[in-house]
Amino acid sequence: MTAPAYPHRHLLGIEPLEASHIQAVLDTAEALREVLDRPIKKVPALRGKTVVNLFYEASTRTRASFEIAEKVLSADSLSIATSTSSVQKGETLLDTAKNLEAMNPDMIVLRHSASGAAHFLARHCRSAIVNAGDGAHEHPTQALLDALTLRQRKGRLEGLRVAIVGDVLHSRVARSNLWLLTKMGAKVTLCAPPTLMPPGIETLAPTTSRIEEAVEGADAIMMLRIQQERMTGGYFPTLREYHARFGLTEERVRLAKKDVLILHPGPMNRGVEIASEVADGPYSVILDQVTNGVAVRMAVLYLLLGGAEAA
Amino acid sequence: MAPPAPFRERQELMDADRLSRTLSRMAHEILERHPDIRGTVLVGVRTRGVPLARRLAARMKEASGFEPPVGALDITLYRDDLTTVGPQPVLKGTDIPTSIDGRTVVLVDDVLFTGRTVRAALDELIDFGRPARIELAVLVDRGHRELPIHAVLLLERVAGPRPRTPARKRRRRR
Repeated sequence: MTAPAYPHRHLLGIEPLEASHIQAVLDTAEALREVLDRPIKKVPALRGKTVVNLFYEASTRTRASFEIAEKVLSADSLSIATSTSSVQKGETLLDTAKNLEAMNPDMIVLRHSASGAAHFLARHCRSAIVNAGDGAHEHPTQALLDALTLRQRKGRLEGLRVAIVGDVLHSRVARSNLWLLTKMGAKVTLCAPPTLMPPGIETLAPTTSRIEEAVEGADAIMMLRIQQERMTGGYFPTLREYHARFGLTEERVRLAKKDVLILHPGPMNRGVEIASEVADGPYSVILDQVTNGVAVRMAVLYLLLGGAEAA
Repeated sequence: MAPPAPFRERQELMDADRLSRTLSRMAHEILERHPDIRGTVLVGVRTRGVPLARRLAARMKEASGFEPPVGALDITLYRDDLTTVGPQPVLKGTDIPTSIDGRTVVLVDDVLFTGRTVRAALDELIDFGRPARIELAVLVDRGHRELPIHAVLLLERVAGPRPRTPARKRRRRR
């Protein structure tokens, strides 16, 4: 029998994946995208599978697209937002997960503010675990949907020049994308104010604190949200000052290639990291990213829950 | 000592020449059954049904001047053994280029065997609309149906002995 295209039981991050696994997820997502355009947007593939979406942090896109993906594939799903759950009464992550597991789900999709939370659950639970964002560590499905968007528009990932600009320090999106793009042969440049650039990251990709330098000649620009909820110190003087130095304006977009793509994982701070004219402009593929998010999550569900349990 | 062969020995059922002629015959048969060719859609079952459907459509164009639209159906998501087959089957995607509402759909595949692929294909097609009629065209019927399904357009019947492999393994061959 041939080796499975995606041989892992969980999706905890991009870092442990090989290029061929990433390719498998993207190809599967491409094949599944068509289901969303059908008159009846539902296939019976995952009938009888149960998925718990356990979200310890606020989310619109990620949670909605996981839920839609689960429904389209006919899995039964429930979403638990911790603000209305027993977490408020002081239950620990492990206790919550163990109790949910006693109800026999097949998969837990976890978002948590602590880096490594998904790995922790994977060590202690029977279910397949999907990391929907853990602290400042990884957000693998976001990187996969970004890659799918780039691949659709550019036909390839290899050799693309991609600038990742903004709050790299707090961004799990930046980390997952950096791993993914590097593994797939793209050339990444990271750009942030020195205060928002994690020390040591220059061993993984070239860094700069001049946005003009990062976007010059770029095939794609990934903007990162300023994560004020994670900021504990003064990283820059004011939001206005940040926009003046690091905001993506039309003028700065013109330094990139003519057919540059602008990506943003959302939610956007308009007028801070990205100007409204750019967000709504012709190069923006921000809403394509959202549509692709559903396809990528369908692919992850299919690859982890379709087929027999790995023996 | 050689183990007893569960399958018939490999044999050539038709060469390229004969396949080409029989495809022409099949194309004419479809045209005879459905004089209103514009209301007909060919849908090949991935993987091998798709090139067959394309060739049939080309023959139908030669004979009638009109080439019916050709779609491709990946039945993986509708398989009844999806969660037992071993590793996840690779998805190739479905592409139905036109509405099938009120039309005649000719489902095309190379081999008809247990009928389970056709059951999945029928369920998937119905999710795309309400065709007036669905017909099944296959090159070879291997017999050993496990579901009440038969082909309307058929070129060759090859009823070999029932394979002795367990049911689940057999289905994986689709």
